[in-house]
Amino acid sequence: MADKNAILAGLAEIVEEETGLETEEVQLDKSFTEDLDIDSISMMTIVVNAEEKFDVKIPDEEVKNLTTVGDAVTYIANAAG
Amino acid sequence: MTATLKPTNPVDATAVLGLGVYRPSILVDNEQICQWIDSSDEWIRKRTGIVTRHRAPADVSVVDMAEAAATEALKDAGIAGSQVDSVIVSTVTHPYMTPSAASDLAARVGATPAAAFDISAACAGYCYGIAQADALVRSGHAKHVLVVGVEKLSDIIDNHERSISFLLGDGAGAVVVGPSDTPGIAASVIGSNGEKWNAVSMDNSLLRLRDALFDAQTSGDASALLDPEQKLWPTLRQDGQTVFRWAVWEMAKVAAEALEKAGVAAEDLAAFVPHQANIRIIDELSKQLKLPDHVLVGRDIVDAGNTSAASIPLALHRLRAENPDVSGGLALQIGFGAGLVYGAQVIRIP
Ligand SMILES: CC(C)(COP(=O)(O)OP(=O)(O)OC[C@H]1O[C@@H](n2cnc3c(N)ncnc32)[C@H](O)[C@@H]1OP(=O)(O)O)[C@@H](O)C(=O)NCCC(=O)NCCS
Repeated sequence: MADKNAILAGLAEIVEEETGLETEEVQLDKSFTEDLDIDSISMMTIVVNAEEKFDVKIPDEEVKNLTTVGDAVTYIANAAG
Repeated sequence: MTATLKPTNPVDATAVLGLGVYRPSILVDNEQICQWIDSSDEWIRKRTGIVTRHRAPADVSVVDMAEAAATEALKDAGIAGSQVDSVIVSTVTHPYMTPSAASDLAARVGATPAAAFDISAACAGYCYGIAQADALVRSGHAKHVLVVGVEKLSDIIDNHERSISFLLGDGAGAVVVGPSDTPGIAASVIGSNGEKWNAVSMDNSLLRLRDALFDAQTSGDASALLDPEQKLWPTLRQDGQTVFRWAVWEMAKVAAEALEKAGVAAEDLAAFVPHQANIRIIDELSKQLKLPDHVLVGRDIVDAGNTSAASIPLALHRLRAENPDVSGGLALQIGFGAGLVYGAQVIRIP
């Protein structure tokens, strides 16, 4: 399984690039919409950039289940095997 | 002995010679939209950039709009209607399956007996039209081609539907393409992703409406016709997320390919005029293409909404009106939409 800390760090960079949020604010328990104020369209951008960075596929129907940063990290870790 | 065929007289280069538009008179703002669907001005602005869209009155037809835009384009090009030998209208809202909008338009602008036909390529229709016009002129089949992108989308939407109707507006844009000493239209990239045929589409075919009418007439029971829930008049629907992902990340590759085919880089552009589908798509595409600051970006969507085949010439026209210096510079234009289909090319702005 891929290193979750590395995935979190990589994901935080993607979020910073899309939203301007500091990478430190991107923590596992944070909700994308509630805590980080990321809307559905920014989320799509983040997902596509994550697919590219971690070489995984995150289907449209899966994106709805990624409520927190932790959900996304776990999904990417499992998908990356 | 077989006779030999006379060769055609191809020309080396083509250019866009003139540009014209028509913006319908009715303005629909987000407040009005929110009377029809559960939404808010803030949501629509933030997710799409749209503040208003224009819609045409009932007595203004697709061909009326096309004629107004074409008349301005011919004047801008300094070409008489009688000098036009091909008329191409890109539209999905001409309400007759036949005859074409183009043949009516050709007669109205005095272009008979020009070749006349419509293109059904939705939001890519204008770029398909430019590709076609460029090929007709270069091959020697035509000297001056009138290309019009025109839509009266208000005829094929359901205002109470939430996936696409709130984005759409009506309008027309036209150009004249003709021969040129130096290349003014670079090679086009045109293509389709038909496996996504359903991503933006009408919710039903017209045959369903015909059958319901026939049933009512034969049975004498008109209840199905009168039931609004039956939604017999076909209207547009979309899967917004699928289209968004495709529009940004697949279209960025198509746009890059168009630059490569033109032999120019992003720095060489004066303007980027993508189809006006969503400001967030426009911004993300601009980012992916790493456009330098001096490149002007078409953002007509804010006031005009998404006008499908008309959106690129409308946005280009506005960009040129607001920045006259851009004339003579290079513009990368890219259209994409229902099909899914796409088209892109670099042109020199008239
Ligand atoms: C249409 C589009 C703006 C919708 O945005 P989206 O972020 O994908 O919307 P979603 O369907 O994921 O819904 C996200 C949320 O917004 C809400 N929503 C959807 N449409 C809405 C609308 N018109 N008004 C208000 N809220 C809306 C949803 O109910 C959902 O709320 P929830 O999170 O509380 O459940 C967007 O997908 C888009 O622009 N796609 C590109 C389409 C396009 O350009 N097509 C034309 C091609 S020619």
